[in-house]
Amino acid sequence: MTLQDKVQRSRLYDTAGLDLAPKSLTQVKKTENSSEGLNVFLSLAEPEDLVPRAQGDLTGVMVAVKDNICTEKLPTTCGSLVLKGYQSPYEATAIRKLREAGAVIIGKTNLDEFGMGSSTENSAFGPTLNPIDQSFVPGGSSGGSAAAVAAGYTRMALGSDTGGSVRQPAAFCGVVGIKPTYGRVSRYGLVAFASSLDQIGTIGATVLDASLLLEVISGHDIRDTTSVERLVPSYRDAATQSIEGMVVGIPSEYFPDELDPSIRAILDEACERLVDAGARVQPISLPHTEFAIPCYYILATAEASSNLARYDGVRFGTRMPSDGLDQMYELTRHHFGSEVQRRIILGTYVLSAGYYDAYYAKAQKARARISQDFKTAFQEVDIIFTPTSPTPAFALGERISDPLAMYLSDVFTVPANLAGIPGISVPIGMVGGLPLGGQFLGPWWGESELIAAAGALEASYGDNT
Amino acid sequence: MNWEAVIGVEVHLRLKTEHKLFCRDRAVFGAAPNTHICPVCIGLPGALPVLNAHAVELALQTALAFGCRINLDSTWARKSYFYPDLPKGYQITQFEKPIATDGRVIFSSSEDKGLVGIRRVHIEEDAGKLLHDKALGASAIDFNRAGTALVEIVTEPDLRTPEDVRSFLGELKQTVEYIGASDCNMEEGNLRVDANVSVRPVGSLELGNKTEIKNVNSFSGIEKALSLEIRRQLSLMKEGGLVNQKTLLWDDHRSELREMRSKEESNDYRYFPEPDLHPLVLSQGQVTAALDSLPELPRDRRYRFKKTYELKDYDADVLTQTATTADYFEDLVGINVDPKVAAKWVTGPLQALMNQHREDAQSIPVRPEIMGELIRLVERGVVSESAAKTVMVILAEDGGSPSDIIEARGLAQERDLGQLTDWVTEVLAKYPEEVSRYRDGELKILGYLVGQVMNSSGGAADPKIVRNLLIDYLNDS
Repeated sequence: MTLQDKVQRSRLYDTAGLDLAPKSLTQVKKTENSSEGLNVFLSLAEPEDLVPRAQGDLTGVMVAVKDNICTEKLPTTCGSLVLKGYQSPYEATAIRKLREAGAVIIGKTNLDEFGMGSSTENSAFGPTLNPIDQSFVPGGSSGGSAAAVAAGYTRMALGSDTGGSVRQPAAFCGVVGIKPTYGRVSRYGLVAFASSLDQIGTIGATVLDASLLLEVISGHDIRDTTSVERLVPSYRDAATQSIEGMVVGIPSEYFPDELDPSIRAILDEACERLVDAGARVQPISLPHTEFAIPCYYILATAEASSNLARYDGVRFGTRMPSDGLDQMYELTRHHFGSEVQRRIILGTYVLSAGYYDAYYAKAQKARARISQDFKTAFQEVDIIFTPTSPTPAFALGERISDPLAMYLSDVFTVPANLAGIPGISVPIGMVGGLPLGGQFLGPWWGESELIAAAGALEASYGDNT
Repeated sequence: MNWEAVIGVEVHLRLKTEHKLFCRDRAVFGAAPNTHICPVCIGLPGALPVLNAHAVELALQTALAFGCRINLDSTWARKSYFYPDLPKGYQITQFEKPIATDGRVIFSSSEDKGLVGIRRVHIEEDAGKLLHDKALGASAIDFNRAGTALVEIVTEPDLRTPEDVRSFLGELKQTVEYIGASDCNMEEGNLRVDANVSVRPVGSLELGNKTEIKNVNSFSGIEKALSLEIRRQLSLMKEGGLVNQKTLLWDDHRSELREMRSKEESNDYRYFPEPDLHPLVLSQGQVTAALDSLPELPRDRRYRFKKTYELKDYDADVLTQTATTADYFEDLVGINVDPKVAAKWVTGPLQALMNQHREDAQSIPVRPEIMGELIRLVERGVVSESAAKTVMVILAEDGGSPSDIIEARGLAQERDLGQLTDWVTEVLAKYPEEVSRYRDGELKILGYLVGQVMNSSGGAADPKIVRNLLIDYLNDS
């Protein structure tokens, strides 16, 4: 499938002429159960669940939901044996908002266990395959959600982005992914991985789809005090807004010498298209970028070690029979996959007495520097353009035994989470038959500008067909 | 060599909030297990804490009552450890920057007045309750208590004796009850105390190795536990031994301390800032408002009662034991009852009536206006003091007006000499031995005889007249 095909296909989705949901569900089920199946869903709705509960912006629209967002109807497993079959008694605020807008939940999508990974290979329930080429990973951790949209199962999906988990899989699958400003969307009901970095994000076949979905789920929630009371602008209108006069910063740190020339060429072309659309491009520097990955893996693992302490077999989820309390903890928590165990151990270590200052406290300082980099940059430019990931999708199994190589696929997405700023990934071309994503980063609450830029870029490719 | 003990305490108080600290469940004691729980307080995946502003207000008032410095910017932290009654695997508490520091409490000590520094006051959530059923060989957990709001008050090691600890805790409890921040009921676990204790030669400025005493749930328990532990440490030191740093659990039934397994105390709590909550930011205005809303504190009120009403220490202490009793007393004074007379009635008959009815001065049905009316009837000699107590009992049970009750029940003071003489002669005939003892010079026995006449009259006789009559008869033959 070429990018042009994809864009054309996405054009077929017109808000007026939607497929009837139950028919599509049957098709999805049929495909997923066939040899063509991608292992996108961990659970699928029943036809009777696809009746909209309200009339709104998304009446009858099927949305796929990452399986770390709590839903009342379907289980919420986080791709983990620890939560196998776990049924949440309550619903996430983002899901409630979806329902109030008339959307229906088609199913819960596969992910790296608790969002920890960049390929969806860390799911306890098997990897998801990239719809563009099934020997490649869809990215992660929201790989199931990105694949659901890329495969045409749904127009829209919810993911979560802690270090790039919406944007990177969107890039790998050739779809659009938005990570909003920290505090834009309520985290209530999003199973926490790293609370200060986690944010629910949206994936869409087009910029408009992802933007409309974001508009629906945004806003302050009294159940999440880190969500912010701030007007939600019309993101769908932003998707078609002009970018005339917009200043786009190109940070040298995101275009290292090691970047593949064919990738660089596509990025350069994207810049030219931005200029054609009326934007001005300007080189900038984000000098503390190199600290982002180490900083992220200290803070995220520290928070994760604490957030995952509740999976102890006492109140819910898997509990292993045992002779005593210590053994129950041990056997139950052995159900975490190896990547999750690795991060719990790392996080426990960096918070331990005697190590806190050397690791956690230092990482907090690095985080402040990285934020400051962006603050400074956004005094000069309106938005920033970068590759979403250093490479397109990698092959299944290629990096699973090399955690460091896996971690580096997030090198361009992690800084936005550390700073809390919004980012969007939009398809900008194909490399070796695989989609490549370009990323726009914006100032805090600058979603509209990002969406406008991504929309302009998307439109420029559409004009080529 | 003379030795002294050095003691610091940590007090946990359950704040009197309707809801839990981070969710909207009601904070109640004694409900059926797990009937006040929700995704937040049992730590379900995806649930998030939302701070209860009322808990902050109460903690602020508590800190201000102890003269603390308020941190306008305080922070929340996670304290991590695994235990089945701790739902999230961490407790949300305040660590690096607590809401308040540097306070003091003045209390009556063995040496007149004691002063204890308050190191810090911080807000935190409570855990659930683990119940071990030996018959079943199983454990169960009640999460009703999980997430309820506590303040922890940590003192400097300024206390020297177990008696002082008890007296300090009394002052602290009374103060907190005055401001209504906590019910301080130890049986319900509203107030829990841990103590750190070490010994050293008097005059030494260094601190010895300390032990920590936990799990004490009464003031007498803490006093006993500390006495035992100080004695143990002293005999150890006098023999040239060393005190090992350890945690001791108090067993109230056996009145003994047992050592906590070293494994149980080797926790590394891995504190770090709670990312789900913003720092707690207070405005100077909020602090001022909290200060303004503080009632007169027990110590001040006690002092004022002594000064203004010229009361004895004992009466002032008893009257200010609770704010409601003190209010009651001042209501009586406000309707022109003499302070000393009011003190006598409140500390005596009224207190007895409150104890009997398990009421406090606010809920007891004999309101101050009625009580004032009754006191005036006693002063006018219409009813005797002992009959007035009977009237109070009837008032407490059935209500009504004192004069009506006196009339209806025939409780008016009997002053008819004929009737009184009958009772007196009857008693003299009944107690010949006492009569002769009086006549042999044991004059004190007169009171006993007056009492017997009062009994015969059912409390109606005027004791002054009875007394005179008795003296007349006894001296007269």
